[in-house]
Amino acid sequence: MRVVDLPASLDFRTSEALIAEVSASGTEKILFDGRHLRWVDPNGMVILLATGAVARERSGELPRLELATVGEVRSYLGRMGFFEAATEVFDTDAPSPRRSAGRSDVLLEITPITTNGDVHEVVDRVQKRAGAILSKTLGYPPTSVVPFSVILSEVCQNVIEHAEGPGWVAAQSYNWSKRLGRQVVIISVADLGRGFRGSLADEHSARFSDRWGDATALEAAFIHGLTRFPDSGRGQGIQQIRKQVRRWDGLISIRSGTARIADVPDWFDAPPMEGGLSDFAGAQINIILPERVGHGV
Amino acid sequence: MGSELGIDPIAIDVGRLLQHSAASLYSHLVTRPTGRAVRLAIEAQLSATSRTSLSMIDLSEVAVIDFSCADEVVAKLLMRFLQEDRPGDALFVFRGLDVGHHEPIEAVLERQTLLMVTEGSDGQCGLLGTRSDEEQHAWSVLESRGRIDTTEVASVFPSEIHRHALDELVLRRVAFASPDAGGYHALSTLLRDAHA
Repeated sequence: MRVVDLPASLDFRTSEALIAEVSASGTEKILFDGRHLRWVDPNGMVILLATGAVARERSGELPRLELATVGEVRSYLGRMGFFEAATEVFDTDAPSPRRSAGRSDVLLEITPITTNGDVHEVVDRVQKRAGAILSKTLGYPPTSVVPFSVILSEVCQNVIEHAEGPGWVAAQSYNWSKRLGRQVVIISVADLGRGFRGSLADEHSARFSDRWGDATALEAAFIHGLTRFPDSGRGQGIQQIRKQVRRWDGLISIRSGTARIADVPDWFDAPPMEGGLSDFAGAQINIILPERVGHGV
Repeated sequence: MGSELGIDPIAIDVGRLLQHSAASLYSHLVTRPTGRAVRLAIEAQLSATSRTSLSMIDLSEVAVIDFSCADEVVAKLLMRFLQEDRPGDALFVFRGLDVGHHEPIEAVLERQTLLMVTEGSDGQCGLLGTRSDEEQHAWSVLESRGRIDTTEVASVFPSEIHRHALDELVLRRVAFASPDAGGYHALSTLLRDAHA
């Protein structure tokens, strides 16, 4: 059995090592050793599920996930609905239902996205819960619930329409007092579909010739709004999400294949494009919305 | 007047259609299949009349509309009835738009270079979408007058560019020119006449 160590903190940057290890693994069963895991955000959770699913497909059996028996991570994962989502992905010891009860502080639990009905359910849930978090925690106007719901709708539809594979979405608010001195809301979506390069290849790869790859496919979708559909009404979702995230001074990044593309605000340090990463077969969208400061956001 | 001009008013409550169409139990206008189902339901209602229909599309019961649905329910609906092989003649006025609806709808209108008439909560009509300054001027004058007879056009619009813009508004179906009675009609006036 191959052992993959999870870091103490699992987010969209630290999960790169996890993706790399699983990507490099063969067909043997994997033990995901999370006994030292102390903090995990929605990006970490959905990437953990995605890499677990990859390990399951390769070995033909459920990988084992070990978590510390003490500490808050296990109960937090329970509140975020991780163990329900992980039922078909990991062999793990879920906490008792009593310990995972009480999700009043959760913005959006990990929700599988496989049908359009799932997208409606996500929008319904967020409509009921997001108002207080967006206005009291982030200081956004009350009307921001609608564009926030639209962002979630569009990123979830990306899973169904373009990835053609299963996916998960989750969202939660955090106090980034050390990193940013502000509250943030993190939205994460990951899928195990064919990725942006696979989705666009038939329609657009020829025009890029030997430049075609994960990075150019991400640029085509993210910057130019290209899709595999000939319909000129398609491809607006990501463009409009970017516009709204910019308006809130947020960060948006998409990781697919061996590349990541991002709109990076001043408060974050990351390149707009990274290539040569370990292969992540599907796509992972990360959105971080910061608390409004003064009139700036 | 609407009836004399051969126009049938049709009221379409999108909130009700959403709950009674194939997308039953859904309360938000999100996802492309939902939008497509609602658009097809609207087209089915419009196909019931052989005359020109003046459709009041009411979005007031819709809390969330995303870009995919705005493309299906608004842009594709307008484009369908601008095509030469359209299933019938239809004019549209959209009402019940709140601040959250504006951005997705405006985005899809701009992408497809479309224009539509909206009715605000105060009953005043306006234009949403791409238009030239001349089209905006011609539409505002027509809207304020309600109707412009053929014989008045040259005096109301001394400039050829505005007369051309008025004809463009008819082609873009945000104004009506009666082939029988003649003259140009604001859609808001046709609506009021239809309900008088």
